[in-house]
Amino acid sequence: MQFGLTEEQQMITDTVRTFVEKEIYPHEALIEQTGEVPHELAQEIKQKTIDLGFYACNFPETVGCAGLNHLEFALVERELGRGSMALNHFFGRPQNILMACEGDQIDCYLMPAVRGERMDALAMTEPGAGSDIRGMKCTALREGGDWVVNGTKHFISGADHADFIIVFIATGEDQTPKGPKKRITAFLVDRGTPGFTIRDGYKSVSHRGYKNMVLEFDDCRLPDAQVLGEVDGGFAVMNTWLYATRITVATMSVGRARRVFDYALDYAAEREQFGQKIGKFQGISFQIADMITEIDAADLLTLAAANRLDAGLPANREIASAKLYASEMLSRVTDAAIQIHGGMGLMDDYPLERFWRDARVERIWDGTSEIQRHIISRELLRAMGA
Amino acid sequence: MKVLVPVKRVIDYNVKVRVKADGSGVDLANVKMSMNPFDEIAVEQAIRLREAGKADEIVAVSIGVKQAQETLRTALAMGADRAILIEATDDVQTDIEPLAVAKLLKAVIDAEQPGLVLAGKQAIDNDMNATGQMLSALLGWSQATYASELDIDGDSAIVTREVDGGLQTIKVSMPTIVTVDLRLNEPRYASLPNIMKAKRKPMDMKTAADYDVDISPRLEITATTEPSTRAAGIIVASVDELIEKLKDAGAI
Repeated sequence: MQFGLTEEQQMITDTVRTFVEKEIYPHEALIEQTGEVPHELAQEIKQKTIDLGFYACNFPETVGCAGLNHLEFALVERELGRGSMALNHFFGRPQNILMACEGDQIDCYLMPAVRGERMDALAMTEPGAGSDIRGMKCTALREGGDWVVNGTKHFISGADHADFIIVFIATGEDQTPKGPKKRITAFLVDRGTPGFTIRDGYKSVSHRGYKNMVLEFDDCRLPDAQVLGEVDGGFAVMNTWLYATRITVATMSVGRARRVFDYALDYAAEREQFGQKIGKFQGISFQIADMITEIDAADLLTLAAANRLDAGLPANREIASAKLYASEMLSRVTDAAIQIHGGMGLMDDYPLERFWRDARVERIWDGTSEIQRHIISRELLRAMGA
Repeated sequence: MKVLVPVKRVIDYNVKVRVKADGSGVDLANVKMSMNPFDEIAVEQAIRLREAGKADEIVAVSIGVKQAQETLRTALAMGADRAILIEATDDVQTDIEPLAVAKLLKAVIDAEQPGLVLAGKQAIDNDMNATGQMLSALLGWSQATYASELDIDGDSAIVTREVDGGLQTIKVSMPTIVTVDLRLNEPRYASLPNIMKAKRKPMDMKTAADYDVDISPRLEITATTEPSTRAAGIIVASVDELIEKLKDAGAI
């Protein structure tokens, strides 16, 4: 069993950490105040990432990228997780699913995306279809050789900056013993396509500046050339390409928790009350002990899941465990960090209230904690006939 | 022209330094170590010289423990062409003294024949600020310390130095030793392709014994102490009170 990082992996970690500290941290306060990422700043972060060869480092060498394996990419995202989501969005990591591009789609979508020339986003969720993807109402109907799309998507992160969006749309329905089930197809939809509107969504308590957008389709015509993968093959491309990306929330939660922990540790070691450092009070010191234990546990769980992906082993349950535990750990760690800071922890002089707010969404998006528990338990119990 | 860049593995500049309980030195066990920041500036400058067509090979050298390999890999990932590690101790707490480092570097330079040595002006761990100067004396080469600007012009180097009174520009003949200061440049990040390439770049593994240099310590550390903590200040209500307090303290 090998627990250490290679020299390359350590350098990747150090470089991304330094990048986040120098290029992301200094701008975070601005994003918190305005809720917007200035265009020039976004371009600057993107260009620096391209220059460093880290842009689209989750993509293989065959398309001119670094071809990091799952573990290495997890290390990159773990360090990115320390910084603002709104800003590190421009440390571009296009959706792996673009590898499903074929023919002209390669030059029109895949290659520009990995070169940083066009940005992508992914749209699945609808107001009436969250974890229940098959409940989606956004529908494409055949008409004169094209698809005509109507419906709404919401909570679409990154769509504000996207040049095109990978949208999952219902293209039919099957009757099954458990009732009707939607057939789903993935489409590549360009910004500016007639009948397609991207507009601001809701104001979220988590991750200011990392906007959730609403997509509206009103008799939007899409030719067959916009189909990613096969018609009615949406679940196939999803399972092939989105399976591993679910580890992202876990890795980022671990990175952010370590940043939060450093604040808590420093404060416990410096703040004095009743004539001594508060870290000398067991009530504080034991919280510190629990925090680091949970962070390390989540880190190992996450890297072990990534390692399974690299080894080609089944990792569905392990990824779900990592996502569940790391996101819930982050909530506990941010809460404890505020408790250690007392009243000052809630003031925006410290970034702790932000970390605490940001932590809340991690237990919800990319599959709620309940869905993760469902995945974990079904995998164990179904095999036993329960 | 070949450029030689000595790099030192030191306690990371972000780490809060703690003195060991017995006062024998700074606690380096389980502490993050990095390349001396001034040495990073030297590596960056060497790369810029190569990019400008004024250097064709960059050799990074580190003297110390085996773990200094990581520091050399960082130099290679930034863009150095090859590296030499001289293992001089196996104890992370042992610091090799400037004179011993200078003698070892002289031996490397005799073999490598670089046209320029670019070094950090000092290491941030012990702030000795001596190796470059000693090396200059041992080699009989010219030296230019505290460089904030550097230009190579044929057989000479034009160096702007940060001195107490301001900036001083000097011209030194090559080969020369330039020790670099903070404002010379801003070091680049190691790019991902270069990180991946670094492993394949050559690293010579040597020991101090290979160069027949006596590295036994000449200095004795008698005590290491934390800096005294500053006493809390007071807030005065008026200028008059300020003057009165300063008089009381004998400051004016």
